[in-house]
Amino acid sequence: MPSPLLEVRGLSVDYITETANVRAVDSVDLDLMPGEFLGIVGESGCGKSTLVFAIAQLLFPPAEIAAGSVTFQGKDMVQLSDAELRHVRWRDYSVVMQSAMNALNPMKSIAAQFKDTLQAHSTMTKAEIRERSAEVLRVVGIDPAHLDSYPHQLSGGMRQRAMIAMALLFTPQLVLMDEPTSALDVVAQRSLMNQVKELQQKLGFALIFVTHDMSVVSHYSDRLMVMYAGQVAELGPTRAMFEHPPLHPYSKGLLDAFPSIRGPRRALTGIPGTPPDLARPPAGCRFEPRCPEAMPQCAERAPDLYTVGPSQVRCLLHAGDVSPAPRPDPLAVQQP
Amino acid sequence: MSELPGREQVPPGPGHAGVPRTGAIGGGNGAAPGGDGVAMPALAVHRADGSEPEDGVLLETEGLTRHFQLGGLFSQRTLHAVDDLTITIRPREIVALVGESGSGKSTVARLLARLYKPSRGSIVFRGRPLQSLRSRRDVLWYRSQVPMVFQDPYSSINPVFRVSHGVARNLRLHRRELNARGRRDEMLRVFDAVGLTPATEMLHKFPYEMSGGQRQRVGFAQALALRPRLILADEPVSMLDVSIRAGLLNLMAELREREQVSILYITHDLASARYVADRVLVMYGGHLVESGPTEVVLARPKHPYTQLLLSAVPDPREIVALAAESQDAGEPPKVINPSEGCRFRRRCPMAVEECHRVTPRLRPMGPAHEAACHVATPDTDPAAPPEPATSSHD
Repeated sequence: MPSPLLEVRGLSVDYITETANVRAVDSVDLDLMPGEFLGIVGESGCGKSTLVFAIAQLLFPPAEIAAGSVTFQGKDMVQLSDAELRHVRWRDYSVVMQSAMNALNPMKSIAAQFKDTLQAHSTMTKAEIRERSAEVLRVVGIDPAHLDSYPHQLSGGMRQRAMIAMALLFTPQLVLMDEPTSALDVVAQRSLMNQVKELQQKLGFALIFVTHDMSVVSHYSDRLMVMYAGQVAELGPTRAMFEHPPLHPYSKGLLDAFPSIRGPRRALTGIPGTPPDLARPPAGCRFEPRCPEAMPQCAERAPDLYTVGPSQVRCLLHAGDVSPAPRPDPLAVQQP
Repeated sequence: MSELPGREQVPPGPGHAGVPRTGAIGGGNGAAPGGDGVAMPALAVHRADGSEPEDGVLLETEGLTRHFQLGGLFSQRTLHAVDDLTITIRPREIVALVGESGSGKSTVARLLARLYKPSRGSIVFRGRPLQSLRSRRDVLWYRSQVPMVFQDPYSSINPVFRVSHGVARNLRLHRRELNARGRRDEMLRVFDAVGLTPATEMLHKFPYEMSGGQRQRVGFAQALALRPRLILADEPVSMLDVSIRAGLLNLMAELREREQVSILYITHDLASARYVADRVLVMYGGHLVESGPTEVVLARPKHPYTQLLLSAVPDPREIVALAAESQDAGEPPKVINPSEGCRFRRRCPMAVEECHRVTPRLRPMGPAHEAACHVATPDTDPAAPPEPATSSHD
């Protein structure tokens, strides 16, 4: 068995405020294999972007890593100095930000922005830089003629592609993408996802893909991590989560939150309520106040991550020692 | 899941009766419209002169066109944002206007909101052409009848005031008959109506104290305070978390029932259009390319662009081979100085020679179902019931 490319252990991130420390990411463990595609989904404020920024060592105050380690290629990135990080950043891992319109410099051509990146992390000559820039644009399906275009001259989909091209300027082992498709409409979104998957398979990098819409990654990712209120709610193979009902009531809620384009039309409620205030997280399960399957003990006992088949789930329904009290639950029947 | 009485009271357009709807409303709001104490003094505003085509059409456009000149003074480059759009919106109807970015759908909303003047064509609202609205009184009347709800609830509410501010302002400007007490009662009513409860508490919050979904409800409350007849909702849920979108969609359906408004729901998401809308209009490159009852259009899309949109909607429950069929990169067209011909032809897998020469006109595809495509074939039996086989309704 190959060793993981990325090992995250007990990673916690705090936002330091005057009144309280808000734990935005709470003891996350994660192993990512080389070439693996991991989707991370959750509502806004669940800590999914913070987790990705923590892995990439891009947090800045008031956020800071409170505990844990991020081991990438055998080195604990949390302990590395900025100078040491500089050798790893972009060469070995890169990040694609959410809004290309904000992440690209509107005053500089695409070529100039690629050049900045290449010069910061390598000693290429001018000709090499030009050649590599054209090459990565071709890889993402943009005519290299657009090298001298400015961001406003490109469509939304092309800008996101340019961002992805920039992430591939070197040949990273790991690419982190933070909601790259959320500004695109469906056709462009599907096209981009197809391309990301193709590139990932061709170039062999591991990919962490953050989104709030689980249907976006449903056909692409190998594994899916559902986050809720800073914690991992469920982590398991993607298809397992969609082909059987998901294990966690929150994952189920997310999956059923939005209308389907096919099949019978059903009334939906979404997930009523709002996520808890992380400055004062509930004592028991963090999803308990919104959970349709909550049991009396959920309010008091905080669930651990329990292993169910190939998946892990943070829900007392799967604790094994809990009898599903209030009403019969189809999932609980499977419990020993 | 409740079958909805009251839905049938929408004035039946052709083919409408065959498309019953279920379930878009949460909360079992089965009461007959107007039966919950918020009955509208329907035409209380000064247009109560009997000229209302009340039963048929609320708003219609005829050949609506908006061009933008690009570049400098002598530039010959003209962007055709909307070309020759003829649509109708009936009372108490939710119409989805669907298309990708650059299709002109937001321009339509702005034209209807009078933020842009049409280059050509007309908009007629309750029998009155918009050009005839000249006095401040008339313009205020129209604005209160046709308010807009914006896409981004984080930037469309003034952050320095409490959320009651925008509602109160609308009431002072447009509902002059109300005194302070009446305004307060009305604020409570609209906050209740959009599900911001307890209203007494929510009124005093600042926008930063609210979630995105709650802010968007404030947007609807501001619109409702005007006693509108048509709400222009421009991508009202696209900035919101998936988990709360359904709540907003349900709200739109509820408002239609309880407040008797029509809603023009602008979106690029066909799945949500299917959930709330009675009819769907599909735009591409400034043209209306397909229109019809939602279930019919989605079950039997005629225009290749509608088919493309439909196939691109991700459905996690579906087990499909990924990266399959389409190589379409989703590049929206820039319609600058267009030549004759179908605007979708370069992306169209079915394009024939005629598509390069002749701009297709809308033609009937079935009951109340039209598409602008040379290649599309109408349903063979026009007498066939419009109810698609895939639907579970009875």
